[in-house]
Amino acid sequence: MHFTKIINGEKTEIHLCEHCAQEKGTEFMISGTSGFAINNLLAGLFNLNSNIEQLNQNNPIQSGEIIQCDRCGMTLNQILNIGRFGCAHCYKAFQEQLNPLLRRLHGGNWKHNGKIPQRSGGVLNIRKKIDILKETLQTLVAKEEFEKAAEVRDEIRLYEKQLQEGGE
Amino acid sequence: MSIERFINQSISSWMNADGPQADIILTSRIRLARNLKDYLFPTIFTKEEADKVLKQVESVIPLLNLHPLKDAELLKMEELQPLQKQVLVEKHLISPSLADQSITGACLLSQNEEISIMINEEDHIRIQCILSGLQLQAALDLANAVDDQLEQHLDYAFNEVRGYLTSCPTNVGTGLRASVMLHLPGLVMTQQMRQLIPSINQLGLVVRGIYGEGSEALGNIFQISNQITLGKSEQDIIIDLNDVVQQIVNQERAAREAIIKTSGVQLEDKIYRSLGVLMNSRIIETKEAAQCLSDVRLGIDIGYIKNISRNILNELMILTQPGFLQLYAGGGLRPFERDVRRATMIRERLQMENNN
Ligand SMILES: [Zn+2]
Ligand SMILES: [Zn+2]
Repeated sequence: MHFTKIINGEKTEIHLCEHCAQEKGTEFMISGTSGFAINNLLAGLFNLNSNIEQLNQNNPIQSGEIIQCDRCGMTLNQILNIGRFGCAHCYKAFQEQLNPLLRRLHGGNWKHNGKIPQRSGGVLNIRKKIDILKETLQTLVAKEEFEKAAEVRDEIRLYEKQLQEGGE
Repeated sequence: MSIERFINQSISSWMNADGPQADIILTSRIRLARNLKDYLFPTIFTKEEADKVLKQVESVIPLLNLHPLKDAELLKMEELQPLQKQVLVEKHLISPSLADQSITGACLLSQNEEISIMINEEDHIRIQCILSGLQLQAALDLANAVDDQLEQHLDYAFNEVRGYLTSCPTNVGTGLRASVMLHLPGLVMTQQMRQLIPSINQLGLVVRGIYGEGSEALGNIFQISNQITLGKSEQDIIIDLNDVVQQIVNQERAAREAIIKTSGVQLEDKIYRSLGVLMNSRIIETKEAAQCLSDVRLGIDIGYIKNISRNILNELMILTQPGFLQLYAGGGLRPFERDVRRATMIRERLQMENNN
């Protein structure tokens, strides 16, 4: 399935898995895209060939090897054909190839900037809280509100202590 | 069964057209994609593993401490008749792929049908919340509450850099798809929709018709949703979508006013002709029904038609689809028979209005 999409003014044809194509349904396409025919954009996005070459140059031992997820066994080619990953570990296994793909799909973004699970993301949540408090601290200091700043600083220390305890 | 009882049993709370700006916005929908860390994605998992996923989610259901999920019902795809599944698809409560292609697929559906949690679709878990009118924030809050409850008992596939890991790279990060369904007859009639779509696309949003095939949007109903799921917070995603939707709503209102001003009589004529078709036809195809329903709904919204309730469009766009018609008829129907049934259902539904 092929879809034409414009993200940040950039025309992109996307090869989607069957399920997602169904979910997306009848999308409205912009006229004048007929000259834009890439058979498998995912492959293009992954920049498959050059990446493999690069990998092989960097790791001569891997030369000739097929890149494969060591948990689910899916190869890069299989993923490209289906348009979907086999397991959570694929995101680690194909990390190198993933950034350009994600950038194209998500308007230049490659890093998560949203919700963190409450329970399993405990440490991450604390780190995020500390980051926010540190920003608050800076603004307070800039405004010379030192009493409040001291409170915030104590709070940060408390979280940092939690982090140390939790991290051990 | 009487048509009245059939409809009452068939409608979901979000079909009631009582949400904010419900004259133009039919529904707001939030979907969160989640996977369990210990199992392969549905892309390649075995039946055995799929069973384990369902079992694990099923074991968690009694522990969910969330009022809207009280008395929620778990529907297993293997146990449903094809027609029952089709009807759920037509109501947008489950996806076609869950109905037809999933392995050990299931859906936990809340009583009011505002929350549906699909299990073993493209991802292990897909939380979906639908509310009437423009209520993205409320729908997101509800979806997050469901998500938080599930996460207390299930280990999600999550990593710091990529966020919630999904089988498709188009959903990774937040796993959030926010969408708004709009009725835009004014923008279609004034031929502005064609020009609007590319600019909406440029903002990283996707526009599509919910009903119909190819490039037409049956009933002038469009869905707008976010494309980007990674690198933006959930909050920013819905704020940006809300912003664009509000602008489209304003343009739709302006278009309606302009039509009334420049060709009020023609518009009134078109609307009443469509009402005549719906009230009198004995055979009607989906496409014609959708166009007439859209016209009549516009007539209600701008005050030409006063004795018919607004939700006939929301209801009948769904109830006149093949699955529902066959459910009402109590068996399979050939396309011609469906067109006859469709006409009957619409006439009877309008009759209900006159009785009230
Ligand atoms: Zn997909
Ligand atoms: Zn894998």
